[in-house]
This record gives sequence, structure tokens and C-alpha cells, in this order.
Amino acid sequence: MNPVSDLAASLISIGFYGISYAMILYVISVGLSITMGMMGFVNLAHGVFAMAGGFVLSICLARYGIPFPLALAAAFLSVSVASVALERGLYARFYGAGELTQVLFSIGLIYVAIALARLEFGTQAAPIMLPDYLKGQVKILGHDFPTYRLFVIVFGFAIAFALWIAIEKTRFGAFVRAAVDNRAMAQSIGIDTRRLFTLTFALGSGMAALGGALGADVLAPQWNYPLEHLVYFLIVVSVGGFGSLHGPFVAALLIGIADTLGKYWFPEFGAFLIYAATIGLLLWRPHGLFGACS
Amino acid sequence: MTAEARSAQAGYAGATRYRWYEAVPFIVAIGFYFAMPDYLSLGSRILIFVLFALSLDLVLGFGGIVTLGHSAFLGTGAYVAGFIGAYSPVSDPIIQLLGAVLAAGLVGFLTGCIILRTKGLTVIMLTLAFAAILLELANKASAITGGTDGLSGIQVAPIFGRFEFDLYGQTGYLYCLGVLLVAWYLVRRLVHSPFGTSLTGIRDNASRMHAIGAPVYWRLVAAYSISAAIAGAAGALLTQINQLVGLDVLGFEPSGEVVVMLILGGVGQIYGAFLGPAVFLVLQDALAKQFPEFWYLGIGIGLLFVVWYAPTGLIGLISRVARRWGRP
Amino acid sequence: MSVVLETLNLQRSFGALMVTDNVSLSIPVGARHALIGPNGAGKTTLINLLTGVLSPSGGSVRLDGEDITGVGQAARVKRGIARTFQINSLFRNLTVLDTIALAVAERSGIGWSIWRPANSYRSVRDECMEILTRLGIADEALRQISELAYGKQRLVEIAVALGLRPRVLLLDEPAAGVPSMESGRILEVLAELPSDIAILMIEHDMDLVARFANRITVLVAGAVLTEGAPLEVMADERVRSVYLGEALHG
Repeated sequence: MNPVSDLAASLISIGFYGISYAMILYVISVGLSITMGMMGFVNLAHGVFAMAGGFVLSICLARYGIPFPLALAAAFLSVSVASVALERGLYARFYGAGELTQVLFSIGLIYVAIALARLEFGTQAAPIMLPDYLKGQVKILGHDFPTYRLFVIVFGFAIAFALWIAIEKTRFGAFVRAAVDNRAMAQSIGIDTRRLFTLTFALGSGMAALGGALGADVLAPQWNYPLEHLVYFLIVVSVGGFGSLHGPFVAALLIGIADTLGKYWFPEFGAFLIYAATIGLLLWRPHGLFGACS
Repeated sequence: MTAEARSAQAGYAGATRYRWYEAVPFIVAIGFYFAMPDYLSLGSRILIFVLFALSLDLVLGFGGIVTLGHSAFLGTGAYVAGFIGAYSPVSDPIIQLLGAVLAAGLVGFLTGCIILRTKGLTVIMLTLAFAAILLELANKASAITGGTDGLSGIQVAPIFGRFEFDLYGQTGYLYCLGVLLVAWYLVRRLVHSPFGTSLTGIRDNASRMHAIGAPVYWRLVAAYSISAAIAGAAGALLTQINQLVGLDVLGFEPSGEVVVMLILGGVGQIYGAFLGPAVFLVLQDALAKQFPEFWYLGIGIGLLFVVWYAPTGLIGLISRVARRWGRP
Repeated sequence: MSVVLETLNLQRSFGALMVTDNVSLSIPVGARHALIGPNGAGKTTLINLLTGVLSPSGGSVRLDGEDITGVGQAARVKRGIARTFQINSLFRNLTVLDTIALAVAERSGIGWSIWRPANSYRSVRDECMEILTRLGIADEALRQISELAYGKQRLVEIAVALGLRPRVLLLDEPAAGVPSMESGRILEVLAELPSDIAILMIEHDMDLVARFANRITVLVAGAVLTEGAPLEVMADERVRSVYLGEALHG
């Protein structure tokens, strides 16, 4: 092996792992960005939905032997439905409350969630039994890639595309965009914002669950998941800019690739590079890459 | 925030004279010293977290800055006091404490200059990120911090050259109480000063403060730096009491827990910072080891309860009861 | 009369939308100037440009003939430009006295004082009481803002601005939301203000404008439609069709 092709191989590998990690971050965080932008709700408990998605997947696969695609759908649906109850019963009371109140409320939810997760699943990470067809390697242009990672990338791009269609091309999407732009205005032209919030919240939580399930092999579902990964979700959202759809996508790609690169080439720096880059970027653009300037 | 709690605190029309109940925390602390000699290490821990919560109250309660990364300053103080004690010939605890205060205040100033340029969720994220960066640094620089093994070999001489830190923690406890008393006096003065009143104004309505010509950003940076310095003192006490510094002082746990403690006690009222940590740590000592799941569940439900029914925390509940009692 | 505040070809756009379009105004010492125009004419934007909340896309703002276009909000307040807000923008948890004292304290440079208790500044308190007495709300000094009736909160808005001892006072609809019976009180207060303060008032209530102003500027779609003495302006056909027509609808 000569050094040039060595470098090329490691670059390809970093890019590949980075992008698949990015897709997981994106699918989890995009819902948080929309709820932040539309409802202005500082929901630190977003990671709870991702954790729940991972656990649902694990239970479906390990306990009931449900096929992988159905298990993914189950994670999405069950968490969406549960989040509607949470939104109606709890979250809705704190729209328009101060930031501190929302932060405390969502931290309270995190504590309740991690306590329940620990009661039910203990302190071990939940096992994820991938189906055989996702286990092996795929050879592309002379490089071996893990099938599962490839699946995550394809799936992530498909989700991003589907969301883009849903937000840009449908009536529901037009309402969402209007409400993100100006809530009062949206209300005054007759959009039922209460229902819209609930639907968007359910969609966002469902996406988080899907991301949590999809990424369960990388970010293992375990009891303190919502706290452990909180900073990363927040970084994706603030770097991308609240309320933006492509913001989190670009931010997730940047962070996923940079993080993988940092861990591969400069393991002694750990996550330091990511934090430093995030701080630098927010100094340059306090509203994130695609955030609306107030 | 109840009207009474607020108007008794700050302002040009407010009363600054001392009320009898302001002595209660200190009387209880002295009573504890004599009544519970076997629990002085828990007692010291409570006093240190009261100090830490007091520092948080300054930014969160009075300045309205929501932070989840205050352990950055607790940790900076702890490590700097530890470095002085382990690597320099200076073993005087007061000098170590002052070094920690200065270092934490400086870190607070530098990070505050960056964090306070932003708003909302980004502020929270940046506070988390700075604490995480410091944790990474401490972890990687294991040659000087001891990494996961912790920093040990810290020399702490007797206080004022006379009072040695004893095995029972008596000196340590009284030392913590003394430092807390000084910090409480400083914070109380600050809160009642024009500066403190302007912080309340910024918390309530920053754009109005801009419109009356107040340098809002620099006021917040100043409050943040002072708060960081006090948190650094808490960190130094932790180091001197334990003669050991572990990485966990920089973790998310102290940051998150101190917010919970302050909220439970009551935010923006000084004395909430005394009550919250006391209740939290006593319960934690009794429950957390045996029933960790129920402990987390309890914190979560407690927080939801406070957010829902008692936004002024335990202090607010007490003053409500006291008022009803005083007015038959 | 010498000019205190003036703008030269001031412009501001948000994206493709021109909100302030080549506005040149000149406010002399002691002016009683009203700025009227339909909703969305860019009146509040103009105030934000004058106070430095927004920076213009073009043109300049001058105070005493000196260009202050690049000067920040706080520094403009120090130089004597004060404003009130269209919607009450006060401190819910503070008393009336403290609210005004915050302004007086910033003006007199004690906002950084960190050690002396605020209530030991007798001069600040006296000055606040003097302003409150002048406005006839001294009795409310120790009440919380949130307990005050809306009309009284409007007076507190003005009191806060007076605490800054402005040379130029920008009033953004001082009587907005106040029942017409009480708006008379606000007008009385304005009439009693020292005559050397230059006042620029945005107002919808034509009756109030007619009684207050000796000069009127009409703003439509961000641009100055006309400017002149009240009778002149109100007789103007274009003003009647644009402004009065809108007032009837809205």
C-alpha cells in the first residue's frame, strides 16, 4: 500500500462513517429544530423520544422477533402517539411560559424518563439484534462498507427528501412554514395552530424515535441516553438554526463528519474539536447557519 | 415570583435592614454542628452546595441567564485549588481559595463574553459545551489532573496557621460555614445595590434596559463573572475538604443538580439557595444509594410539581404559609 | 430655531421590502412634532432607526449636527435621546418607583454601583418622586407595575423616559389603548413638559395630534408624503384619502 491510497482509503472510510452518523443525528434532531422554531419551546427532553424509539426497536426485535422494518415503524408510531398525549397533557400548558420554566419542565421529564428506563431495563444497554441482511459488508468500488451503515445513509437521505417534500409541497407543510415565520399571523389567517402544534410535535417526536431506533446500533439505547447525547442534539439544532429544515441537515453532516474525523485522526482531543468549532461558528453566526435573524 | 418576595429584595424603595429570619440558616448550621457531629461531612457538602447554588442564583434568579454548565466554574475552582496545593509550596487554604476564585472568575469572564452574545437555547447549549470542553481538557491532561484517578497529594495547611483540618471534619465544617457567611454577605449587598436592581430589570425586560441606556451585555458579563468566582470558591472548598479532585466536578451532574436544588428551594430569593441544597442532599443521602431509580423519579416529579404549582419553590410555599398564619 | 435631531435620506429595507424610504426629517429644539400615517407606514421602524435599535441601510442620523448613525443605542440615550414604547414595556415585578429609578440611575451613572444599597441613594429617590408628582401618580410609587391600571402604566412609560432627562423625546403612540377619557390626562402631562425638550410623537388619534402638534409629517409606505402645519396637512387631499380613509376602516 502506498501512502496516497492509504490516505484515500481512510478518507473514504471517515466520510462513510461520518455521513452515517450524521444521518442519525439529523433524523433525531430535525424535530427539535421545528418545534423550537415554531412553538419556541425549549424542549431539552427531545432525546427521551429517541431513547424510547431505541427501546421499542430492541423489544420488538429481541422479545417478539418482529421483522426489522416493522419494528422501525412501530418505534415511530408508538412514540408519536405517546407524544400526542404528552403534548396535550403537559407541553401545551407551557407554551408561552418563560424559557426557564420550559427548561425545568423538560429536565423534570428527563429525570422521570431515565428513572423509568432504569426501572424497566436496568443499567445495561438494550440489545439490538440486527437482521442478517444488515449484518455483513458490501463491496463498492473495491472498498468494503458495513451494510448497516449504508442502510442508515440511504434511509437518512430518503427521510430528508420526504420531509422536504412534506414541508415544501404540501398544504400541511405550508401551514408549518407559515407558523414558523409568524405564529400570530398564521393564527389570524385561520390556521388551527393548536392542532398544527400537536401534529408537528407528534411528527417531530416520531422522527426522533425513528432516529433513535435507526441509530440504536451506534448510540445504544440505555437509561441515561437523553442526558448523554443532549449536547450533540443541541449543537445540531443551534448550528443549523432554529426552524430551518435544511439547517439541521447541513449541521448534522458537518458535525457527523468532523466528529468522526476528530476521533480517527486526533483521538487525544476527543470531542474537543467539535465543541470548539461549534463555539467558533456561533460567534460568527449567533443564529446558526440558516436561522432567521431576529 | 410573589410580589412580596420581590419588593422586599431589591430596589430603591426596598428595605435593606436585616430580618430575624435571615439568621435562621446560620443558626441551624451551628445547631447542626453540635447536634450531629457524626454527619459533618454531609454537612460540609451541604454548605458547599449552598454556596454553589447561591452563585447560580445570581445569574439564573437575578440575571435570568439559564445555564446548565455551572460546573465549569465549580470544577475550575476545585482544580486550581488542587494544583496550588499539589504543585506549589503554597499550602495556605485561604490563598488557595483566593487563587481558585480568581481563576474561576477569569474563566467566567472569558466564556461569559462569548455565551452572553447569544440568546435562548443557544445560551444553554454553549454553557453545556464549555463545561464539556473543560471536562475533556481535564480528562486528557491526566499528567497534571490525574485524569480518572483524580488529583491527590494536595497539601492544605491549618487555617490561619492554627486550625488544622481534623479527621472528624469539624474544622472543615466551620471553615465552609465561614466562607459561606462571607459570600452570603457579598451576594446580599450586590442584590440590594443599583447593580443588582438593574440585573432584575434585565431579567424582566432586557430591551427596555437597552432603551434606558444600560450596558446590558456588560452587566450580564459582570454578573456571570462574579457568579463564576463564587462557584470557584465552592470548588476550592470541595478540594480542601476532600483533599482530592475527581473529574466528576466538571461533569453534567453538578450543573444539573445545582439547578434542581435552586429551583426546589426557590429561585431569585437568596434563601432558596440555602433550603434547596439542604433538602436535596439530605434526601439524596438517605435514598439515592438504595433506590437510585426512585430517587431520579422523585427529582423528576418534584421538578414537575414545582414548575406546575410552586414556581417560587419551597421558600415561596413557606412564605405563603407564614403570611396566612400571620394574618388570622 | 436650531435643529437637534435630523435625518438625511434615511433608508431601511427588510429583504426586498423598503420600510423607510429616503426620509429626511429635521426636529428643532422644543419641537412638538407629530408623525402620522396608516398602519405599516414604517413609523415605529423610524423610531428604531433614530434610537439605534436598527441600523439604516442608507442615509444618516444627526444629533446637534454630528453624525450618530454608527452610535449604539446606549450611547444615544446618554446623548439625550429617549423613547417610550407603543405597547407598555415595563418591569412587571418591580415597583413604579424602582422602574423609574432604573432610568435615573443609569443616567446619573450609578448603574454599576455594586456595594452601596440602592435605597441609600436619596437623590435618586427624590428625583423619581418629583417626576411621579409632576405626572400625578406619586401615590402609586410603591405599587407593582403589574397591579397598575393600563392608563397609569402609560404614564409610567413617559415617566421612565423623563427619568433620562432627554433633550429629544420620541413617543410611540403614548395614548395607545387608553380610553379617550383618560387620554386627556396624558395630553395634559405632555403639555406640561419643559418647552426646551424636542418631542416627536407617533399617534393615531387625530384629535390628540391636532391638540398637541405644531408640525406634522405624514408617512406612507415608508416615505414622507407631506409635511407642514397641522391645518395645512389635514386639509391636504392626499392625506385625507390615504390617512383618514384608513382611519375609518381601521
